[in-house]
Amino acid sequence: MLDDFMTRATLAGIGVAFAAAPLGCFVVWRRMAYFGDATAHAAILGVALSLTFQVSVFAGALAVALAMALTVTMLSGRGYAMDTLLGVLAHSALAFGLVAVSFLSGVRIDLMAYLFGDILAVSRTDLIVIWGGAALVVALITWRWSHLLTATLNEELAYASGFNPKREQLILTLALAVTVAVAIKVVGVLLIAAMLIIPAAASRSLARSPESMALIAAAIGTFSSAAGLRAAYVFDTPAGPSIVCVAAILFACLSLIGWQSRNGSKHN
Amino acid sequence: MTLITVENLSVRYGANTVLRHVDMAVEAGEIVTIVGPNGSGKTSLLRAIIGATKPSAGQISLKPGLKIGYVPQKLHIDPTLPISVERFMRLTDRVSKKQCEESLEIAGVPDLMTRQMSQLSGGQFQRVLLARALMNRPDVLLLDEATQGLDQPGSAAFYHQIEKVRRETGCAIVMISHELHVVMSASDRVICLNGHVCCEGSPAVVASAPEYRALFGSGTGGALALYRHDHDHDHDNCETSQEAAE
Repeated sequence: MLDDFMTRATLAGIGVAFAAAPLGCFVVWRRMAYFGDATAHAAILGVALSLTFQVSVFAGALAVALAMALTVTMLSGRGYAMDTLLGVLAHSALAFGLVAVSFLSGVRIDLMAYLFGDILAVSRTDLIVIWGGAALVVALITWRWSHLLTATLNEELAYASGFNPKREQLILTLALAVTVAVAIKVVGVLLIAAMLIIPAAASRSLARSPESMALIAAAIGTFSSAAGLRAAYVFDTPAGPSIVCVAAILFACLSLIGWQSRNGSKHN
Repeated sequence: MTLITVENLSVRYGANTVLRHVDMAVEAGEIVTIVGPNGSGKTSLLRAIIGATKPSAGQISLKPGLKIGYVPQKLHIDPTLPISVERFMRLTDRVSKKQCEESLEIAGVPDLMTRQMSQLSGGQFQRVLLARALMNRPDVLLLDEATQGLDQPGSAAFYHQIEKVRRETGCAIVMISHELHVVMSASDRVICLNGHVCCEGSPAVVASAPEYRALFGSGTGGALALYRHDHDHDHDNCETSQEAAE
């Protein structure tokens, strides 16, 4: 079954959708969309470094994404506004990454594959890494779910309940780095944030509880992956962007329905 | 029985000292109100008690096994986060649905269980926060300007509820407040903070004492003086910088 590249690609997409769904909800609730971007953009530098030192792209991307996320967490609240800081770091990391890649003489790498993903080239090993990473992220977030939610609602409530919200923030940071590293192959560094945010945002109008929002986001992500891949096959379009396009269309439809039903109930 | 003892507490954010040499204690069952101008370190004091801010000097000791209920100053729930009152109440504490209902009842808002948090009015929201803080039957309740954003009748009703809670559950209450009538009627003790403890004591006794006029000196006397006293006065033994008050 896994011999078929389309099957492997679909499974890879679903894996990423599962990791991105609960994490994406927190990214939306905590307004850290730009934070996701910064972490993802930094990963291209990780790709360049891992090709230089001949280690796995996953390990390199994970290390640099983690370093980036920790740097941002450390620097936040020390002078610059968060969005300025992230704007500087995200784009610098991307620029340095692209420059670093150009230094790699001898190795001719397909930059597009890392910027926009190369989901059709997913191997069995990639699948294991993606599903392993996704399982880790889902397990981590499920384990800390209540604490993460409390820390998201209010820092002092967390302290008063006897745990440190900074630690919960660190867990999200770690999960974000892992998700970025496993999603590079699927949607590329430029579109990872889209996979985090769009399904989560789309599920809002349907959800009545935090848990259901995460589950619906996972369903939307899964559907987007499958339908996007199918569309890419039929119309001969790039796979990663096609997946994001399907998610965006779903977001638009669901928002419209949500908006209409809200307006409708106001008149009653 | 002393629940919380704060000794010689100082809190610094970078170069900015917000609290210096603060001593205070909270006894079981009493209502203590902390008043002071903006930036006088009221919130920092509460944050230090719950462990959210590390003291730069001094120490805070809690009675072993002390259960603290905390009502935050403001709680912004992002509109993208769907959460019902029941789910919010049961987020960190393992409590039964029945306990939830009882807490909401004590806080004066029964029948809100199934509502979404985003649909609540300001007054309902604060009462749900109060109910949540009451749920694990705390020995002491900390309220950080819990009536911010409520109108006069709303906050009066809220503080009435607090008094009732103390009567019914016997828990001690420490609150930061700007509400004058609360300072004068409900509190057992008032602590006036401005980077340091300016003065403290029972509101009624303090208000009629000559020392009180000497301390607050605005000449209006009674309740208003406590509320409106100046904070740029000098103390012989304290050197609170004006930066700390900003």
